[in-house]
Amino acid sequence: MSSAAHHGHEGAHHPDQAHHFFSMEQQNAANKLGMWAFLVQELLFFGGLFMAYIAMRYMYPDTFHSAYQHLSIPMGAFNTVVLLTSSLTMALAVRETQLENRGKAKNYLVVTIICAFIFMVVKYFEYTHKFHDGLLPGKHFKGWELDAVQKVHDAPQLFFAIYFMMTGVHGLHVVIGIGVLMWLWVRLNKGDFDKNNYSAVENVGLYWHLVDLIWIFLFPLLYLVK
Amino acid sequence: MSSTSLDAAASGHGEESNYLNAHPGIGSWLTTLDHKRIGVMYLITILTFFLAGGLLALAVRAELFTAKGDLFTPDTYNKLFTLHGAIMVFLVLVPAIPASIGNIVMPLMLGAKDVAFPRLNLASYYIYVFGALFMVYTLVSGGLDTGWTFYTPYSSSHSNSSVTSALLGAFILGFSSILTGVNFMVTVHKMRAPGLTWTRMPLFIWALYSTSLIQILATPVVAITLFLLTFERTVGIGIFDPALGGDPVLFEHFFWFYSHPVVYVMVLPAFGVISETVAINSRKHIFGYNAIALSSVAIAAIGFLVWGHHLFISGQSELAGSIFSLITMGVAVPTAIKVISWIMTLWRGSIRYNTVMMYTLGFLWIFTIGGLTGLPLATLNTDVHLHDTYFVVAHFHYVMMGGVLFALICAMHHWWPLITGKMFNENIAKPVFWLVFLSYNATFLPQFVAGSRGMPRRYHEYLPEFEIWHKASTIGAMLFGLGLFLILFYLVASLLKGAKAPKNPWNGLSLEWQTSCPPPEHNFAGQPICKKGPYEFPETLSA
Repeated sequence: MSSAAHHGHEGAHHPDQAHHFFSMEQQNAANKLGMWAFLVQELLFFGGLFMAYIAMRYMYPDTFHSAYQHLSIPMGAFNTVVLLTSSLTMALAVRETQLENRGKAKNYLVVTIICAFIFMVVKYFEYTHKFHDGLLPGKHFKGWELDAVQKVHDAPQLFFAIYFMMTGVHGLHVVIGIGVLMWLWVRLNKGDFDKNNYSAVENVGLYWHLVDLIWIFLFPLLYLVK
Repeated sequence: MSSTSLDAAASGHGEESNYLNAHPGIGSWLTTLDHKRIGVMYLITILTFFLAGGLLALAVRAELFTAKGDLFTPDTYNKLFTLHGAIMVFLVLVPAIPASIGNIVMPLMLGAKDVAFPRLNLASYYIYVFGALFMVYTLVSGGLDTGWTFYTPYSSSHSNSSVTSALLGAFILGFSSILTGVNFMVTVHKMRAPGLTWTRMPLFIWALYSTSLIQILATPVVAITLFLLTFERTVGIGIFDPALGGDPVLFEHFFWFYSHPVVYVMVLPAFGVISETVAINSRKHIFGYNAIALSSVAIAAIGFLVWGHHLFISGQSELAGSIFSLITMGVAVPTAIKVISWIMTLWRGSIRYNTVMMYTLGFLWIFTIGGLTGLPLATLNTDVHLHDTYFVVAHFHYVMMGGVLFALICAMHHWWPLITGKMFNENIAKPVFWLVFLSYNATFLPQFVAGSRGMPRRYHEYLPEFEIWHKASTIGAMLFGLGLFLILFYLVASLLKGAKAPKNPWNGLSLEWQTSCPPPEHNFAGQPICKKGPYEFPETLSA
């Protein structure tokens, strides 16, 4: 943004247009394509986890069919609703930014951020419950007694390894999302963004929808195995 | 160095303002958003790590000079070759051409003022440096002895070396690579000058574009794999650990899903360089423009489907092995299309035998050997014999190291006037080429022989019958190291005493040569407009 002021020698440019673009349209198009490319790499990043899930479930179908019962379906379902709601308010925030209603956009962002916090609080209670019951990944598993044969034959510790890694990486994305949403709120509060320059809001929206979308897959795969 | 454009204008005959002297001081470099300066910083950093990785390689070769393990302990030897591999792959070869030369040249070739996201570009550089610090920490805190491939369960449960810091380093370096890929991909799509259509793009751009697609699609998979492995090692989550019911072969699949395509991240930009230098020094339109451009994309696409050829003896099913073998053969087709197109470009060209052309021809020799020796490794039944022998070592050094390094040296010479504004001394560079080229082949050709006769890789002692081949290889490696130092010396000397580069010293038609050498801070005096393709050289059009 500061570089635009520094090099803005051709006049009549949008104040937020960086020096190396011809036009705001070019800049917005570049930002949007960049974000989609980033989301593709996010999909492949999670793709590794989904492949690990498939491999483990293929190796231990019976374990997956029993171990999932230790997860709380009401809590997972509640969080699904929370994230879906936040996706809606995020989309509304993008729309209000396009219409230059910064006040409404800020309010929708606040609701989105609150939903994200609720999601993390519910996750916290789920995690502490698992910790308490010893339902932990790998060698830390203490949910029930396993002899050496059961350890490699039933391998419930692997279900919880997958559970914690998938929901943990997803939760990390929610936390990063909270930070980026707050940054957007601050910028809207300063009076940034207008109908020609909203790609930052739109891109964070795309990111947030992806985080939501990944949860939509995690919930049935982990909580609703049967 | 400190003259500003105002000073130069006032004094009349002062040095003209360019990107190197536009802003004085080291601070202006470290905070620069200029793609050319970022590329120069990448180049210097990468070459520094190349020196480190190279010295480790020379230590490995010194140990192998005799059949006895007389220089290092077996543990130290394991660390030497592991660190050599890890540094060369993650810190040198992956970013070697795209992040340094590509960063400098690509926006110029596109007629753009910068890459699409200059701040992201600088961030990529610092993420790279951050990841590199983890690798340096690994080096000084007990080393790494897993092999650069981090195979489980040795890496997760047994190794006493600094595996975790190396994993985090590679993980962080991966994000640098991904962000560079995103940046370059968007730049090619959105930043082209008016008139620069897709079929008028220099082939180096096509190569960088294909590279960026692989970086975006493959790197995140290894990132999550290394992330899981970090938790495997520190917390013991067990996904890759057979003692906890996990599957170590799953790790191999994940690892090679990235690490095979990544060899194309290394070598596709090298192909791009050669397409430029072979055409410009043959003074002739490149043969098969569309074929070369699309074969880059084809290699990128097929490259995703061949990772299983690294798992031929891992217990993977024979059917899977056969399919992977077949698809691997398929990669040879677009690769051969490229080599044949380059040779056909030479045909009846008016060839300029300068240093750049000599490295280009050297690349063709080396890459052809590297490519052809890939075929017996792609063939399921011969690979079972050659697996984990020096034949494999020689093969991947010919393609990854020889191919990429010769192209990098070639690119550094070709764009040296553009980057530095100086000409290097051709009369010194040409004899040094012969030293580098002959010693390179002396290093790695004997390894094919030793490997095909059963010399296994990663052993610090070996049977005396292989000694003759190892002696030749070690002597070659030392001379090769000497040759690379000579290149460094005469290039640095050119910075101090070299003649000032004229505008467009090689009579190129692509846009990067249509500005001054070195270019001004914002690349071009006005907005360049592309009116014709980059290879329509007047010499051969009139012939």
